[in-house]
Amino acid sequence: MKLDAHIPSGPLTQKWDQHRFDMKLVNPANKRKFDVIVVGAGLAGASAAASLAELGYNVKCFCFQDSPRRAHSIAAQGGINAAKNYKNDGDSVHRLFYDTVKGGDFRAREANVHRLAQVSVSIIDQCVAQGVPFAREYGGLLDNRSFGGAQVSRTFYARGQTGQQLLLGAYQALSRQIGLGRVEMYPRTEMLELVVVDGHAKGIVVRDLINGVVTSHAADAVVLATGGYGNVFFLSTNAKGCNVTATYRAHKMGATFANPCYTQIHPTCIPVSGDHQSKLTLMSESLRNDGRVWVPKRKEDCGKTPASIPDSDRDYYLERKYPSFGNLAPRDIASRAAKEVCDEGRGVGPGSLGVYLDFADAIARLTEPVVRERYGNLFDMYERITGENAYQQPMRIYPAVHYTMGGLWVDYNLMSNLPGLFVLGEANFSDHGANRLGASALMQGLADGYFILPYTIGHYFASQKQTRITTDHPEFKKAQETVSARTRRLLAVKGKRTATSIHRELGKLMWEHCGMARSKESLTAALQKIPALREEFWSNVRVTGENGSLNQDLEYAGRVADFLEFGELLCLDALTREESCGGHFRVEHQEAGECKRDDAHFSHVAAWEYQGEGKSPTRHIEPLTFDEVHLATRSYK
Amino acid sequence: MNLTLKIWRQKDAKDIGGFETHEVREVNPDMSFLEMLDVVNEGLILRGIEPIAFDSDCREGICGACSLVINGTAHGGHKATTACQLHMRKFSDGETITVEPWRARAFPMVKDLVCDRSAFDRIIQAGGFVSVSTGGVPDANAIPVAKEDSDQAMDAAQCIGCGACVAACKNASAMLFVAAKVSHLALMPQGKVERERRALNMVAQMDTEGFGACSVTGSCEAVCPKEIRLDFIARLNREYGRALLHRGGG
Repeated sequence: MKLDAHIPSGPLTQKWDQHRFDMKLVNPANKRKFDVIVVGAGLAGASAAASLAELGYNVKCFCFQDSPRRAHSIAAQGGINAAKNYKNDGDSVHRLFYDTVKGGDFRAREANVHRLAQVSVSIIDQCVAQGVPFAREYGGLLDNRSFGGAQVSRTFYARGQTGQQLLLGAYQALSRQIGLGRVEMYPRTEMLELVVVDGHAKGIVVRDLINGVVTSHAADAVVLATGGYGNVFFLSTNAKGCNVTATYRAHKMGATFANPCYTQIHPTCIPVSGDHQSKLTLMSESLRNDGRVWVPKRKEDCGKTPASIPDSDRDYYLERKYPSFGNLAPRDIASRAAKEVCDEGRGVGPGSLGVYLDFADAIARLTEPVVRERYGNLFDMYERITGENAYQQPMRIYPAVHYTMGGLWVDYNLMSNLPGLFVLGEANFSDHGANRLGASALMQGLADGYFILPYTIGHYFASQKQTRITTDHPEFKKAQETVSARTRRLLAVKGKRTATSIHRELGKLMWEHCGMARSKESLTAALQKIPALREEFWSNVRVTGENGSLNQDLEYAGRVADFLEFGELLCLDALTREESCGGHFRVEHQEAGECKRDDAHFSHVAAWEYQGEGKSPTRHIEPLTFDEVHLATRSYK
Repeated sequence: MNLTLKIWRQKDAKDIGGFETHEVREVNPDMSFLEMLDVVNEGLILRGIEPIAFDSDCREGICGACSLVINGTAHGGHKATTACQLHMRKFSDGETITVEPWRARAFPMVKDLVCDRSAFDRIIQAGGFVSVSTGGVPDANAIPVAKEDSDQAMDAAQCIGCGACVAACKNASAMLFVAAKVSHLALMPQGKVERERRALNMVAQMDTEGFGACSVTGSCEAVCPKEIRLDFIARLNREYGRALLHRGGG
């Protein structure tokens, strides 16, 4: 298989404009003849569904939540980047492009990232027009702040709830189209199979979560905007429902999965409190603008109250190691530094898995009311979860799985190697390389949905002769039977363990063997243990209830089954990538504790092709070339 | 800590439903309420009993999925706290806790603690948006917005659509939910253009869905996890009255 990214020729800055001109158009009167399925209703899915419907396509949109307003994009706190240069501090499209390529440790496609930086400015315009109440200054213009990993203030925000407000903007645009009858919305409906006919994606099979009825839906194109796979680690900042099922099942139907080992561990999350922990909560990275991260210099001081440790006995390790970025060092670097000090035995709090994020200096400098205005809702959330008051004592934080840069492979048009299957947002792999910068996920999700897919999908429709497929096609029958058989199999095991306990075990294994530090030994061990755990699942899981009604145990078990296969792919990718880059840290490949890339051998995308049960997947390569950006060792010192 | 749970179980919409009692041992005070239910559910599954169905997703108080009436109060009665953010340290050892679903005619029951809140989506579909399509919009800074207006709009826009306001109201009124959206958009210049249509259409849809009337008791404000203020209902009434005066009908 040859992976052709279809990157337009010409100078980087003109590629997208030229491509938009070169792409074929669908006549306005003909758009209504095309049916599009959008799976997922987060930022990428909702913005795509709304924009496609506005253009005149027939859209069906599916989500497993009870309403499209609940997709996990809603939980993004910090903000959204755009190269507006409203602050007059030297930002530009080129700088946002450069920061993103560098932040991704030179493992993203230049052309995609440049386009992302270009359309970033339109996103803010669009959201403001929808009525999104971004933070403003007294003069009535938009406010900006700086955000982890950037030296300019280009982040737009709405208190600590930027994701919520952007998602509600997209949800409202989608709702308008639903009200107008141009989008048919299917909430509480889960995609369980992708249907491929003659190599083209032609529809999906879904299960109605309320009554268990399995149905087929045919279309001229299928768009997956189903988010990331962070929950393979069980504990992550993802919502409980986030899963890999839609993308993994598309993978099993032939879509290649790119760079699954690129996972982002976010440095500022609330530490685990016990075995009952069901998920982890992020404290926005914006806190690092004013909070200082430290641990005691000596192990012996770790049990003392933070106030009793004088400044001279504290190690502000980010400021010490990365003087120019200090507490704002990128996520992967800040996370590893936290792990390092905890590994040295200098962690604080229960289990010694925590570091302090201290606001005492900020409160002294700015006063408590100012700090409260900036971060009040985050301090309140911290207090609800931990019972501690962070105005009086430092927060305790620890890294947690937060975002996954890997995803289904897509070309420049956001189309996977299966024609007709488009993948948007976190579900694809395209723009963040090996590490995502803060406030870039919202930007990418909305760029894909509002400003890229609406053009490229038309080009796909106009470029080839479409064969209409109906749900009577044998491939739909086959896919429905696969779904029903899987359900029967899950219910028939009647074993002695809950799906949760197996998922928890998988997550622990992934975190220990393939988390912040990975080695040949740890990954080889994981690759032996995961199949055994999968075997345990299929022989000893207990799934209660029946198919014919709301059965959350059954839904969840199906997702865990996919994680048990996908986890192996993730570890295999991590084992094969014999270098360290961004969020992928192989202990064998480091220089003074920092990532050591191997550009000679690994400046490429690894995309895995499924070969069938029990067979090793095939690794395909898309070389990455850098024409505009000089490949350099990423330094934040 | 040890607790007694009295939990509402209902097989489906047709079932009459009733309370079931569960003794829960060794609850860790650092657990969230939903994590405590997770533990109960794992125990049930191991005994081959169907777990208690309840909605939850983000578990950080922003998606609006969780919807439990705890000890008679929507979300459990702690200031600005959803059920998923409520922690067991707020309860005492030996306590009996009652857990029920949202109860309102416009939120039909699905199962156990799960109800159908799609009425809220239909209210938004009737007018809770600005009618702009993607592309062709002015620069984001072309229209200045007074910080005070934008901040107030944000106060309203924070609504998570959980439905606690409806669950708390003796009339099961959705006025606070509708007021939050109408106020958010009416306060922004981008939303002012269609303020009249919006108020009329959203209120009409709210009535069609079977939500009750507002008698301004303020129980909605008291339980709202995002502290949406009652004065937004006054604003909705003004917006609606203004629309009626200008357009007639209603």
